[in-house]
Amino acid sequence: MTSLTRSWRWVEGEAIGYRRVWRGTVISSFVNPVLFLSAMGLGLGTLVDSSTDDLGVPYLTFVATGLMAATAMQTSAGEGAFPVMAGIKWRKEFHGAITTPLSPTDIVRGKMIWGSIRLTFVLTVFALISVIFGALDLGPALLAVPPAVLTGLAFQASVTAFTVTRENEVSLSTLFRFGIIPLFLFSGTFFPISQLPDPLQVAAYFTPLFHGVELVRKVSLPGAGASIVTPLPIWVNVVYLVAMAAAGIFLGSRWLDRRLKP
Amino acid sequence: MAEPLVQARGLTKRFDDFVAVDAIDFDIAKGEAFGFLGPNGAGKTSTMKMITTVSPITEGKLTVFGLDPDAQGRQIRQHLGVVPQEDNLDLELTVSENLYVYGRYHDMHRADIKARIVDLLEFAQLSDRADSPVEPLSGGMKRRLTIARALINDPDLVILDEPTTGLDPQARHLLWDRLYRLKKEGATLIITTHYMDEAEQLCDRLVVMDKGKIVAEGSPRQLIAQYAPREVVELRFPEELMGAMASRLDWLEGNTEILADRVIVYTDDAEDTQHQLTEHGIHPEQVLVRRSSLEDVFLKLTGRRLID
Ligand SMILES: Nc1ncnc2c1ncn2[C@@H]1O[C@H](COP(=O)(O)OP(=O)(O)OP(=O)(O)O)[C@@H](O)[C@H]1O
Ligand SMILES: [Mg+2]
Repeated sequence: MTSLTRSWRWVEGEAIGYRRVWRGTVISSFVNPVLFLSAMGLGLGTLVDSSTDDLGVPYLTFVATGLMAATAMQTSAGEGAFPVMAGIKWRKEFHGAITTPLSPTDIVRGKMIWGSIRLTFVLTVFALISVIFGALDLGPALLAVPPAVLTGLAFQASVTAFTVTRENEVSLSTLFRFGIIPLFLFSGTFFPISQLPDPLQVAAYFTPLFHGVELVRKVSLPGAGASIVTPLPIWVNVVYLVAMAAAGIFLGSRWLDRRLKP
Repeated sequence: MAEPLVQARGLTKRFDDFVAVDAIDFDIAKGEAFGFLGPNGAGKTSTMKMITTVSPITEGKLTVFGLDPDAQGRQIRQHLGVVPQEDNLDLELTVSENLYVYGRYHDMHRADIKARIVDLLEFAQLSDRADSPVEPLSGGMKRRLTIARALINDPDLVILDEPTTGLDPQARHLLWDRLYRLKKEGATLIITTHYMDEAEQLCDRLVVMDKGKIVAEGSPRQLIAQYAPREVVELRFPEELMGAMASRLDWLEGNTEILADRVIVYTDDAEDTQHQLTEHGIHPEQVLVRRSSLEDVFLKLTGRRLID
């Protein structure tokens, strides 16, 4: 078996377990975008659009693209946190799997593959609902999916690396409270970062969700002006996210190995 | 002698400064049932984990199937069946899915796995629970499933860390039968257990570990012959007499153990010992004579007190 085959064996196991819980998760992947797009897009959007036309696109379009990246972050950060802690500590199924030909690296990669399959589904649903809401045309909506998946991968990988070094779930909720939620709010999802005071604007350039949001907008709204995207070249966004994903997978595998094999 | 299937020389495991396994040597031959006995914390599980390749060796040398666990772990694990001390079933999967997934991890074909699942579920007496989730199973059922899972890949070496803890007598005997069968088919077994009758029944050879070291090694019969005289006489006295017992029994020259509620005398001739007791004017309330067992060896070697 090659390393990739072994990771797929892990994916197969995940898929078998998923057959029993899929209904709940599918329902929430429909409900979330509907809630967000009606509240932020329709509700807030009417107010924003009537007071300014600085964005160059309707606020609903602006926020839908941002939310694709932000949803990817939230979904994938969750995927890298609780199921990983469960495998190590609560249900301990990782400990059993590594007594077979599978290694901790195979598990991390398998989890990443499984995470991106699920995320692709979640984001495709989000894209289609954005079309129904009139936020995006079908083409741009679907174009937004791959960059958002890349954003998710970067988060899943780095949160996995974080989780495998943590003793318990307390640090996981800390991560969400002081990491994920602030990123959600201040990375250009709901307003362009040019609205932030200068120091915060500079800080935003270093945060990952900013690059995800930018990449999604640059890919799906190619004509977008300086009002909604920064002049940063697109390859910088891509390199940032790819590097973050690669580092997360590399370190996550090594640290999981150390954790499972004391 | 053929090359041993598992060989350890100076095998050592340290956790920071704490020495869990202290330079132990052993050879396990192909087709053998080999036991590790020892009190809690003796280092049995730590040793099992090194053999299973899921715990790096701190010092010394270990080979499994002639391979190096550090560099060739995956090759070793392909032919291994592992029953860990702590169950780690996938609680989100059903009984048969737990077996199926492990078959896939072992790169088996779907059809082969399905056929094997039927057999293993029958052995584990879980056929009627095949499609039920694992979570609500009783502790003993989970244990049986963990054991069945370890056999999915038809392993050459089966490592069982306290396999029968939590099993009822029927399930224990079923497991023993299965393990005999596996052995007859050529598999090698490594077993840790706290049940001395189990060790006596199953193990061709065993080692007794204490505080990370091997303190005795041999077949159950050899160990009994070497460490425990043939018979054991257990004497019970009224509590108020127990205090003076040590000095009143000193003529037995140390072949005694004085416990809180009784005295144990090791002897080659129980009848003679009883005569002598009467001659010394010692009249216990109750006398029990039995053959000495592996349990006596174990207690003698590792002490009766819980030292922690
Ligand atoms: N990951 C670890 N970190 C630190 N110490 C450990 C670790 N694993 C085991 N130990 C210590 O090593 C010693 C041996 O433990 P081990 O689990 O090998 O004992 P055991 O013989 O299997 O005992 P039991 O009969 O209770 O299962 C114990 O003192 C234990 O606390
Ligand atoms: Mg143990």
